[in-house]
Amino acid sequence: MTGRWNREGNADPRSILWRAGPMGHGMSFKIEEAVHARLVLTRLFGYLRRHGFRLSGIIFFVVLGVLFGVLGPFLMGRAIDMFIYRGDLTGLARILAMMVGVYVLLSISAWWQEYLAVNLAQRVVRDIRNDLFSALQKLPLRFFDQHLPGEIMSRLANDTENINTMLAMSATSLIRGVLSLISVTAMMFAINGRLALMSLITLPLTALLTRWLSHHTRQGFRTQQSNLGALNALIEETISGQRVVKAYGREETAISSFDLVNGRLRLSSTLAQIYAGLAGPLINAVNNIGWTVVVASGGWLAVEGLATVGTIAAFISYTEQFTRPLNQLAQLYSNMQSALAGAERVFDLMREPPDPPDKPDARRLDRVNGEVVFEDVWFGYERDMPVLKQINLRAAPGEIVALVGPTGAGKTTIANLLTRFYDVDKGAIRLDGVDIRDLERDNLRRKLGLVLQDNFLFADTVMANIRYGRLGATDNEVIAAARFANADHFIHCLPHGYHTVLAERGENLSRGQRQLMAIARAILADPEILVLDEATSNVDSRTEKHLQEALMRLMHGRTSFIIAHRLSTIRNAHQILVINNGEIIERGTPAALLNRGVYHNVSRQ
Amino acid sequence: MISAFRLVQFLRPYRRWAVLAPVLMMLEVAMDLAQPWMIQRIIDDGVAKLNLKFVIQSGAVMIVLALIGAAGGIGCSIFAVKASQGFGADIRAALFRKVQEFSFGNLDRLGTGPLITRLTSDVAQVQEAVQAMLRIMVRAPLMMIGSCAMAILIAPRLAWLPLGAMALVLLSVALIMRRAYPLYGRVQAELDSLNTAMQENLAGMRVVKAFARAAREISRFKGVNARLMDISLRVARVTISTMPVMMILINISVVAVLWIGGVQVSRGDMQAGQIVAFINYLQRALMSLLMVGMMVMQFSRAAASAARIQQSLAIKPRVKNKPCPRPASAPLGRVVFDNVSFSYDEHSGDPALENISFAAENGQTIAILGSTGSGKSTLAHLIPRFYDATAGRIMFDGTDVRDVDQALLRAQISIVLQESILFSGTIRDNIRYGRPDADDEAVMAAASTAQAHDFIVKLPHGYDTILGQRGVNLSGGQKQRIAIARALLMRPAVLILDDSTSAVDIETEARIQSALRDQYRCTRFIITHRISTAMNMDRILVLDDGHLAAEGTHCQLLASSPIYRDFCESQIGKDEEQRA
Repeated sequence: MTGRWNREGNADPRSILWRAGPMGHGMSFKIEEAVHARLVLTRLFGYLRRHGFRLSGIIFFVVLGVLFGVLGPFLMGRAIDMFIYRGDLTGLARILAMMVGVYVLLSISAWWQEYLAVNLAQRVVRDIRNDLFSALQKLPLRFFDQHLPGEIMSRLANDTENINTMLAMSATSLIRGVLSLISVTAMMFAINGRLALMSLITLPLTALLTRWLSHHTRQGFRTQQSNLGALNALIEETISGQRVVKAYGREETAISSFDLVNGRLRLSSTLAQIYAGLAGPLINAVNNIGWTVVVASGGWLAVEGLATVGTIAAFISYTEQFTRPLNQLAQLYSNMQSALAGAERVFDLMREPPDPPDKPDARRLDRVNGEVVFEDVWFGYERDMPVLKQINLRAAPGEIVALVGPTGAGKTTIANLLTRFYDVDKGAIRLDGVDIRDLERDNLRRKLGLVLQDNFLFADTVMANIRYGRLGATDNEVIAAARFANADHFIHCLPHGYHTVLAERGENLSRGQRQLMAIARAILADPEILVLDEATSNVDSRTEKHLQEALMRLMHGRTSFIIAHRLSTIRNAHQILVINNGEIIERGTPAALLNRGVYHNVSRQ
Repeated sequence: MISAFRLVQFLRPYRRWAVLAPVLMMLEVAMDLAQPWMIQRIIDDGVAKLNLKFVIQSGAVMIVLALIGAAGGIGCSIFAVKASQGFGADIRAALFRKVQEFSFGNLDRLGTGPLITRLTSDVAQVQEAVQAMLRIMVRAPLMMIGSCAMAILIAPRLAWLPLGAMALVLLSVALIMRRAYPLYGRVQAELDSLNTAMQENLAGMRVVKAFARAAREISRFKGVNARLMDISLRVARVTISTMPVMMILINISVVAVLWIGGVQVSRGDMQAGQIVAFINYLQRALMSLLMVGMMVMQFSRAAASAARIQQSLAIKPRVKNKPCPRPASAPLGRVVFDNVSFSYDEHSGDPALENISFAAENGQTIAILGSTGSGKSTLAHLIPRFYDATAGRIMFDGTDVRDVDQALLRAQISIVLQESILFSGTIRDNIRYGRPDADDEAVMAAASTAQAHDFIVKLPHGYDTILGQRGVNLSGGQKQRIAIARALLMRPAVLILDDSTSAVDIETEARIQSALRDQYRCTRFIITHRISTAMNMDRILVLDDGHLAAEGTHCQLLASSPIYRDFCESQIGKDEEQRA
């Protein structure tokens, strides 16, 4: 089996050792190809150029290695003809000493070539990863809302790893293969033109065979791959939804659809693998026939006095050096193709349009009073599908504004616009009278604090997670913030207190505890404006009290937007906006709305 | 390790192929081994004696041998593929069937991710290993031993040379691996941290952007990335020596053969052709040895996979049908908990539920309220027998649920799980999941009650809208409503909503509840955080740390239960509480 399932093992450094595998058995073909190969190569070369010293080193040692590789068998032939047959032991000793020297140099240059190639590949891949990661940080949130994290991860992990393998192995092997083909051919013709011609007889045979095989194998693998994809998808979906399968007693149906796809995969991979498996024995046979031709015709020429035994011995070595790269060419070529396809995906991702840069004359606000005004704001995530229509609101400094309404009404979108995760389509949002699009984005976001329904925590210490709000904060400041946020108590109950390392996404904390951490983080950041998006929903009642208290403290003196459905938080609001279908349908103080009955409708439920 | 070999039983249906493949491989190896020997004959008996006829004849024989070898190799390859593909497909099917038998308890223990890995990459690893075992694992050792034997046969006095060279190769590879192996673990660790850094960054993108921390994230990533590169280079520095060291060992042995052979030839004890053949065998032996070493490394990985598969296959499902389960009669929907206790881990015995007793009469609506971790979901999962109670019993219409056929029981008890999982396919198919033969009217009626109809018809293709894997293109509230419609279509006698409206807004939720009340006569359990939802139910069960803390109507509980009052105060506040 090939492809996907082994992908995760790709990064295994053992693969460096694996390439030493001399036998051509078990070819595998990947099917992808880069669409704009030339463009990809150009960009890749841009990365290679940064390490030009290593690149020229590799080429130097490849050439050296090929030369020594050709020299070895030549000396062996001479040793047999000139000294062994003549019994000249001193001459033999001299030429064998030379051979030892050549072989030592061959190994040294092989080591250096590989060392430099691995080095170069690792460095290039590091650079590409860094660039890709940096490019990702500049992409708008819209991109991340539209792409699955798995997809992006695969670019960063798998595709770059394929580039690594290509640069470290396939590319140098390809160059070395082509160079040694040329030099071995030249050497064979230099030693004995007639025998060289005879040895080339199997060449068209090899070429035809490889073409025929790779054509069929490719087709076979293509069907196998699509069946494999189908089976993987089925497995993933069924197992992820296993509880639903059980709850509805649908096990039998699941099994029968699995059997269908599994059977299809078995059939197609058997066919594909049989074709792929032909390559080993067939190429082995062609090699054997090649030898036979060299030895038999060499023997014939030797009988006629036109060749020597040493020449035959040397040619046996050369045919091996000759056919090995030839057999690998197809495999190397397809490896390179798929790596280039991966590289193309990586570069495409780098080219995604980033957030528009700050305006050249963008302003920085040092002190903000906190007046927020929405003027005729229109916005839609997709063209012609407005989520917000003509929103007008004004929050005076220090005011608490509550946004209520059914799901999908557009409440969270208001938060997304205020933070400039998205920009308005029409109208403007002003902070202290300045259009927020005229502010530096980072400056704006530092003035805003965001506490969401589920707050993301990093797999780091509690201390580091809170400090995320203000990187320069001292330990004491962090602890003070935690205390202020009512988080100090539960943090002390953790195994290592503030130095406890959280599980991924903070999953070893309860949702309420994560909220308290997020509040502490926001307190440390000390923003002038707060956005609380459903910050108290789905929290158990014990934590909730602490949470309410902490939130009230946090909101004190800050302009705050609360998106909520719990009444206790809304009751303290200065104004409540009821939003439905992207429009503000009611507005007023809690008391005024209560009298008009609207608020009562919401509050009763 | 031993358990890994138990998987061999899956080869039994393919034993004919599994035996034929190695036999045919032996044929190929034998033909390959004959080649250098023929070369020697051509040189020493043909060329040296100027016998052109012998040269041509031998050449023809060599070509025939090569063709026979090819036939053997091709046959081996075909049979090995057939055997290993059948083997892999069968294991995968057995594993998949096993998973279908698992209860929730088994699923909790194993986890979704590892199960998927088992079914995909672990099976692939083992299958690949079997294919290799039938081919290369036969070829490489045979080639190694055969080449050695032939070399010794040709020049018995030089026997120490191939043996010595092989020992040296083994020694140097072992030394290299011993230095490299500990480093692999560190590479893997750094690779994991790179993945984690990336994953975290993607998952927390909103936080990163909100705090304007891109610069910090980039520098953190660069740090991890640089560490990964450093450690990878350290490993590489060790492992890349393998090939050059091998090359030097092989080539130095060749030089040694030439020297010793040269001396022998000068004494007349040996012929030139023998030297050529000997060199050839020596090279083959050493290359095959390297191949064997690599195979062993790959096999240790496959053995780990095989052991994991075997473990999963050996698991006994925790919830099983009785030998003769009782057929359920026309369902009423009466559920009784009789002193039920339950713990997820039988050994530690840390109870998730303790001594729960209550009765739900048919048609009643019961709210289950409690803070996170109080045991609400656990209680709900016991009713359709996703788990078996550790003590006590649960009666469904007067019969112990353990005596009823699982499939029948679950056809009558519908549960909407906390996480609304939808499958790829159309919305209609998703709603029809439990009853594929339901007509459109029934589907729409269920969707209307779940307050899903209105948004579904607004979608571009209405009920035929295709959902991506796990319904990624719907909002959380929409997914929940489709999951509810799916459960309603079953027309169950008991309906359980496990916090299934958390992403639905309060108004819509109220509409769902009232539609349920009017249109679906069944016993209902509603697990919720919201007092506003619980308030209107026939009865409220308040759970606290696995105990049934209180039971009654809203008014009763306000008067009697301090925990319930706490809940109300935190959610509604005192004044609204009194108003209600």
